[in-house]
Amino acid sequence: MTELVANLGLGLSVAFTWYNVLFCFAGVLLGTLVGVLPGIGPTATIALLLPVTLNYDPSSALIMLAGVYYGAQYGGSTTAILLNLPGESSSAVTAIDGYRMGRLGRAGPALAAAALSSFFAGTVATFLLAVFAPPLAVAALRFGPADYFSLMVLGLVCAIALAHGSVLKAVGMVLVGLLFGLVGADLFSGMQRFTFGQIELADKINFVSVAIGIFGIAEILRNLENEKAREAMVTKITNLFPSKDDLKRIVAPAIRGTALGSVLGVLPGGGAILAAFASYTVEKRISKTPEIFGQGAIEGVAAPEAANNAGAQTSFIPTLTLGIPANPVMALMLGAMLIQGIVPGPRVMTNEPELFWGVIASMWIGNGLLVLLNLPLIGLWVRLLTIPYYMLFPAILCFACIGIYAINSNAFDLYELTLFGVLGYVLVRLGCEPAPLLLGFVLGPLMEENLRRALIISRGDPMVFVSRPISLGLLITALLVLIIVLLPGIARRREAVFQEDGD
Amino acid sequence: MKKLLGAALGALLIGAGAASAQDYPTRQITMVIPFAAGGPTDTVGRLLAESMGRTLGQQVLVENVAGAGGTVGAARVATSPPDGYTIFLYHIGMATTATLYRNLPYDPLTAFSYIGLATEVPMTIIARPDFPAETLPELIDYVKANTATVTYANAGIGAASHLCGMLFMDAIDTQLTTVPYQGTGPAMTDLLGGQVDFMCDQTTNTTSQIQAGTVKAYATTSPERLEALPDLPTAAEGGLPELTFGVWHGLYAAAGTPEPIINELSDALKVALQDPTVIERFAALATTPSSQEDATPAALEAKLVSEIELWRPLIVAAGQFAD
Repeated sequence: MTELVANLGLGLSVAFTWYNVLFCFAGVLLGTLVGVLPGIGPTATIALLLPVTLNYDPSSALIMLAGVYYGAQYGGSTTAILLNLPGESSSAVTAIDGYRMGRLGRAGPALAAAALSSFFAGTVATFLLAVFAPPLAVAALRFGPADYFSLMVLGLVCAIALAHGSVLKAVGMVLVGLLFGLVGADLFSGMQRFTFGQIELADKINFVSVAIGIFGIAEILRNLENEKAREAMVTKITNLFPSKDDLKRIVAPAIRGTALGSVLGVLPGGGAILAAFASYTVEKRISKTPEIFGQGAIEGVAAPEAANNAGAQTSFIPTLTLGIPANPVMALMLGAMLIQGIVPGPRVMTNEPELFWGVIASMWIGNGLLVLLNLPLIGLWVRLLTIPYYMLFPAILCFACIGIYAINSNAFDLYELTLFGVLGYVLVRLGCEPAPLLLGFVLGPLMEENLRRALIISRGDPMVFVSRPISLGLLITALLVLIIVLLPGIARRREAVFQEDGD
Repeated sequence: MKKLLGAALGALLIGAGAASAQDYPTRQITMVIPFAAGGPTDTVGRLLAESMGRTLGQQVLVENVAGAGGTVGAARVATSPPDGYTIFLYHIGMATTATLYRNLPYDPLTAFSYIGLATEVPMTIIARPDFPAETLPELIDYVKANTATVTYANAGIGAASHLCGMLFMDAIDTQLTTVPYQGTGPAMTDLLGGQVDFMCDQTTNTTSQIQAGTVKAYATTSPERLEALPDLPTAAEGGLPELTFGVWHGLYAAAGTPEPIINELSDALKVALQDPTVIERFAALATTPSSQEDATPAALEAKLVSEIELWRPLIVAAGQFAD
């Protein structure tokens, strides 16, 4: 315990120099900005900043880059709520209820709920990171391919549970997502699947193109359908900040979201994505009024926002303690260390304590700065919605295209965006939801990969999925969720509540 | 107005025409790296770009064009104008993709001008921390005796770890069960967690784990012992002289780039490889800059030709192609 206090003291002494606070602020400000611009994500930004950081002290550089990352998590939810444009998979969940709230004139409370629960989650997860980093990193290593497979099964079952239309359509969407996820070179044999000779497709379909296409572009097409919507998206804004009742409603979901996000964020690969989806499912399941989910429930904003921010923070655990990146952004952070001449790995914590604890302590400062930055901005963001739509939508399209092109400097990604925009529109007209499709798209390939990997290691013995305790536990949980979803009573109620919603 | 526009256009055209070899470079140069930012090749590229930019008096901007084992970036450079303003850093993949991909949109041997070799990153053979074998001969014996249970991890088809695995299996004349991963990160995770048994990967990825004792290390594939890991024997010392290879990185431009420009770039590369910062940062990656003789067009061309021939039969025999 005294060691922890000493370590955190060391970290704060590094992070609290005016110099590093400035870097931290620059990072979170940039992160918020790129998060708000659809498509331009933290990955592209950090890649662009890499050469700049070469000239600064490693701690300052990493503090800034980390700030960009979690700052973008804040910013990303802003466009998801205002324009239904999730820049990252985790904000796709926020878009479900957040965007609804915006259309009801409650964008202000939605943004505030997102910012406050993100702040809470960020603060708590940073503390967990400081206390449990080494043991958690070791625990995450116990997750083998079989356990990942079962985790993905659970994730997909959750995807079905979170949809609010017909279960059949949700299953269909998950399967469509899985099929899109199959496109590309097969990892195990090198065989090309569904690429039709396009070399660009060998690397799988670009996630951002899919997300922005089926959510954002489809929404624009839908808005352009009727004359009235072209004026302005929202003419009446009820209030900017959450009411007392709103605040009461977000406390428990934020806590549960933080817990889920912290745990799943530690797992390398896909953990943080699952966290947002899982926490939404949990909230909807335990809510006394599950029918308001998907209609602008503030709980449906608070929980996934807390989860994705907690996950973003704890995904630093494998990166900093093992030198293993949990996602592409973390891979870039390791790259930044390499360029600085610091070899990422298990010894960073002991060899570079100033760096390790400085970065962790800076996250508190960064989260605080983000709330200070975001709450006053809410008024400005909300006013954005009163801009006539005929002026707003070309701007959105423009930003989305620039952002997507910037990722790989590849025009092919823009064709993908167009196709998925049209597909998203068709799906909306058919009453199918895009969220399960997206989750199928993200988790499907991971599930297949781990299934085949687990079977290679077990030499084809499928018992490996039930003989490993972690895997067995996850499969049983998945089964329970499935039973609850399919229980006739609940299923009927779902149909009844959402019948009139299929516009 | 029209006149002014015409004059400006004319000046631009004259400017473009005058941008010949003697005053090259007159604007920033793009270094294409065919892998994602943050990886080992990207790090090598960024260090070189920084130093070469200082020598050339123009900024060298890194552009990551990732995809299909690096061939997407290579295809982009192959069709870029041969004016020396687009250069390209690619590793051993330039030679192996020539066989791994049977439908490349370019010919690796004719589509590029050669600038020079930059570095050769050695490989290391490592195993999960509780693996029974202690030395390379013990590892070979154990692997041969337990082919039914032993697993070899790699970072996907065409990855350095995949190539090293092929070479290793060929050297000990034993087929092993290979578990592919999407990149080195997840493969290392499962190795540390004991889900798979052993792998062979670049020092850029393994040195810190070896030094921290979180994995068992058996040998390096370099001709001599490594400065960063002085206790680690070479594969030849352990009885596998066939297993001597490294992930060499070369710098290219589009075919037809004028020779004076190529020479200028090659000279800037040589300066970069003697830059103390580059040497120091390369050392952190457990690699060393190529020698001055190797940082030449002729050396790179010879390397590429011989490496394509070296890998072709191995890849064909393994029967795994990436297309």
